[in-house]
Amino acid sequence: MEYIIQIIFSFIATACFGVIFNAPIKAIPYCGAVGAIGWLIYYELGSHGVDEVKASFAGAFVVAILAQALARRFRMPMIIYSVSGIIPLVPGGVAYNTMRSIVELDYALGMQNGMRVFMISGAIAMGLVFAEVIMQILFSMLRKGKTSIQSFVKVKR
Amino acid sequence: MIEKPQQNELAIDCFLLAGRIMMESGAETYRVEDTMLRMARSQNMNDAQSYVTPTGIIFSLGKTQPTRISAISTRVTDLHRIALVNNVSRKLTSHIITLEQAYDELNKIQKTNYFLPIIIQVLAASFASISFLILFGGIWGDMPAAFIAGGAGLYVATMMQKLTRVKFFSEFVATLVVGMIASLALYFGYGTQIDKIIIGSVMPLVPGLLITNAVRDLMAGHFTAGMAKGAEAFLTAFAIGAGIALVMAW
Repeated sequence: MEYIIQIIFSFIATACFGVIFNAPIKAIPYCGAVGAIGWLIYYELGSHGVDEVKASFAGAFVVAILAQALARRFRMPMIIYSVSGIIPLVPGGVAYNTMRSIVELDYALGMQNGMRVFMISGAIAMGLVFAEVIMQILFSMLRKGKTSIQSFVKVKR
Repeated sequence: MIEKPQQNELAIDCFLLAGRIMMESGAETYRVEDTMLRMARSQNMNDAQSYVTPTGIIFSLGKTQPTRISAISTRVTDLHRIALVNNVSRKLTSHIITLEQAYDELNKIQKTNYFLPIIIQVLAASFASISFLILFGGIWGDMPAAFIAGGAGLYVATMMQKLTRVKFFSEFVATLVVGMIASLALYFGYGTQIDKIIIGSVMPLVPGLLITNAVRDLMAGHFTAGMAKGAEAFLTAFAIGAGIALVMAW
């Protein structure tokens, strides 16, 4: 039950951000699905005691791979799916807490939260870049026919 | 290509317009550079160079060829436009359309407003707010307050943006309204956890995406773009924090 609630609400949140960011209308359900899967991974890892930085990295990694696949499928830029997909992961709440502590002159707590924001957003960016680089290497290898998958496909045809 | 200055002028206009629309709609810096260079190479202009920052684009067709600058002052997130420009560039690079047709299409894209009506965006912000309330561990009873506060936040931000054209001021006023609605809801007994309500309702406004993009640009080696986006994100976060803090202190 807990999982169903999380899936539904992360789907709604991501799809609504797709609307606010003005994604093409037929891409919005896919944006929601990407976001829900990313959040589910983050939530699952988080509930098993993995810290938020590593969980964000894993979530963003999966989001980027899904976004890349959808981008190739529908011939749209990857940013459409990845931007909405990482929305549940981005540390908006922590960024807000940081600034609130700082304007309330609690610099120690603000600094602590600020470092968390930096680490989490760095992890998300790392996840996106890593996934992109790995996919690029994989696709260039596929194009040259160096992997076993490619030879398998060739034999089958 | 060198013998036809007319053609070069058109080409440089076309590529700059494509880059400009993409940058104004919030595309990644490296993708804008890549798109412009791909379009140039497809027209046999192999010496083209582009330098893209969030505030301006410099594009040159080569050593002896013209160079042009395009300044960028407004940046919003408009994924529909990015998809359309990408489509035009894809068609141009695979020689389905000519340069003139591409330029016409880009002009049309720049003139059209692809945003959905404001009421739908406000509703989306409201639903996003209640979703984040639940995702961040809030309780069901706080949902009406978050629904109203989130929608009002986005509405006020958009309206103030139209009125004043100062992004940080409109965000400040919007979070002020969000904070006031949340504390009024608490005062009249329609909410319990003010922190969760506020975090959920300001999520459509916080620059989480901008922060992530800034880090991503920094890692890709676009230090100018990364620093500029980081500064924008910092100012936005500061405006939001100040708006909430004013309500809290009062």
